[in-house]
Amino acid sequence: MKTIIFKTASAYLLPLLLLFSVFILLRGHYLPGGGFVGGLMAAIAFVIHSFANGIDKTKNIIKFHPGFLMPVGLLLALTAGSLPLAFGDTFMTGLWMKQSVPVIGSVGTALFFDTGVYLVVIGVTLTIIFTISEGL
Amino acid sequence: MSNPYIVLPVIFQLFVAVVLMFSWNRKNLQKLISVIGSLIALLISLLLLLKVNQDGIQAMQAGGWVAPFGITFVADTFSALLVLLTAIAGLAVSVFSVGSIRNARIKFGYFPILHLLIMGLSGAFLTGDIFNLYVWFEIIIISSFVLLTIGGEKAQIEGAIKYVTMNLLASVIFLTAIAILYGLTGSLNMADLSIQVAAVENRGLVNVTAILFLIGFGIKSAVFPLYFWLPASYHTPPPAISAIFGGLLTKVGVYALLRVFTLIFIPDEFLTWVISIMAMLTILTGGLGALIQNNMRKVFSYLIICHIGFMLAGLGIYSAIAIAGAVFYLVHDIMVKTNLFMVSGLIFKFKGTYSMRLLGGFYKEQPLLSLLMAIPLFSLVGIPPLSGFWGKLLLIKGAIASSNILMIAFIILGSFLTLFIIAKLWAAVFWKDGAELPRKKHIKYFEELKPLKKKAMIGSIAFLSVISLGIGFGAEWIMRLSMTIAENLMDPTPYIQAVLGI
Repeated sequence: MKTIIFKTASAYLLPLLLLFSVFILLRGHYLPGGGFVGGLMAAIAFVIHSFANGIDKTKNIIKFHPGFLMPVGLLLALTAGSLPLAFGDTFMTGLWMKQSVPVIGSVGTALFFDTGVYLVVIGVTLTIIFTISEGL
Repeated sequence: MSNPYIVLPVIFQLFVAVVLMFSWNRKNLQKLISVIGSLIALLISLLLLLKVNQDGIQAMQAGGWVAPFGITFVADTFSALLVLLTAIAGLAVSVFSVGSIRNARIKFGYFPILHLLIMGLSGAFLTGDIFNLYVWFEIIIISSFVLLTIGGEKAQIEGAIKYVTMNLLASVIFLTAIAILYGLTGSLNMADLSIQVAAVENRGLVNVTAILFLIGFGIKSAVFPLYFWLPASYHTPPPAISAIFGGLLTKVGVYALLRVFTLIFIPDEFLTWVISIMAMLTILTGGLGALIQNNMRKVFSYLIICHIGFMLAGLGIYSAIAIAGAVFYLVHDIMVKTNLFMVSGLIFKFKGTYSMRLLGGFYKEQPLLSLLMAIPLFSLVGIPPLSGFWGKLLLIKGAIASSNILMIAFIILGSFLTLFIIAKLWAAVFWKDGAELPRKKHIKYFEELKPLKKKAMIGSIAFLSVISLGIGFGAEWIMRLSMTIAENLMDPTPYIQAVLGI
């Protein structure tokens, strides 16, 4: 699928979709969205780019092996989940900052947990897709 | 009593897995982290058991959501003991893996997945929420599927397909049962369900749900007639993986059966009768299956089934003493079965085959090592001071008390079958004069291994053998522990109080 229209569009779609995935990530918690869907969308952004420009070019953009995102995300989620233990609360209790941050809204451990999920999903999806396309 | 730290055995395993993933390409570092991590996990679970023994049942509400709305983690003596056994088996398998797992498998993430599997097992033992139990079961299946297929040999894939198909089917049945239960009572918390199910008027539906749970867990714990996936798959992966599978995977099913059928569904006469019949036939078919096998690991696979029958028998007799027997047998069986699969792996490293017909003369070549291997083998048979004896003693005592003659007959038959099989195996592998076996090229034989690897393999077998001996000679202590567990299971009021805080 190396049409010029697709190739041109993909150059614009990549940043747009990535931005949108972050929006979906932050929108979660009370509204539909969250880390899992956001992560899938971010992965789709890269997949579209690889369809248009070839897998090697996409790998050049990412620079590191996407599998690396898995432990990073897991560690982030695990830390967010275990942090309340340090304050004498139970595992996975939501801790929230008193003041809300502009644009993002109120920040709590749930956001970091979701970001962890977001990274894990990107890592897993891209690893699978890159591995399969290498075998082709 | 509320205690936020009881979930630590689970979190810690995840942490170890994450650290292992960060050192993906550094194989020696991974081995080191895995062993140290397993040691710390053992310490944590030991502390948990001591705490529970001292202060009674501990509960934790995840996220601070009060039961029955949030997910509860409960550590009673039964859970804490099993978490400890999981940690012991995990440590042994981790050390054994250092010696026996090939680098190619480590490259595909063997160690992180091993720790995720142990995390799933600990989580399943600790959770107090039936849906959460399902989630842990899924984690166990997914990690075991990866472990089963890593390496991608043809036999492995074939075994894995049978394994996964049956286990996914079991999960679907389990999930359906949960859905019906939720529809009936509107609750998923096991302590809450204990109260709610007793009050449901539609007894027919409750019984049907109970049978669904029995089938779901029955497939997972490989009872008659749903066991055939087990001997078809357990002999295919490397011995370290068979060891953790053989020791723990089916036992989670037994744990779930014991928990669900004492806490949520109190079996009526019909259900105990069904369970008893299943137990007897499991003992019989497992024993007979093992009798005709030639591959050592297949023999042990069938013996797993046979001995699952003993534990199920405890549930079938359904008295405190019989359940104590089942718990004691569970404790003994986890240690011994893990060990036996490692023993078969070590013999394979020496000889390059699992076939009893080809093997022989092991005693002459390695007298000391053979004596070490005799400990788990004869513990399994249950020659009096060794660990297998005490569980069966309690079971038979329970069967006599409820004058269940048929059950006694089957338990004794199962013991004789085990004795005969182990004697046959001992004669074939250790005493018989063995022919010189052709050296295979693709196997790295024991004498070619580095000294550290040799020590790791023998050390882990010795470690579990010492624990088996400890269970046998310290039977009084374990028996007291199993009696406490059985009493807690038969009278779930303290459990319910600890969870719901009434």
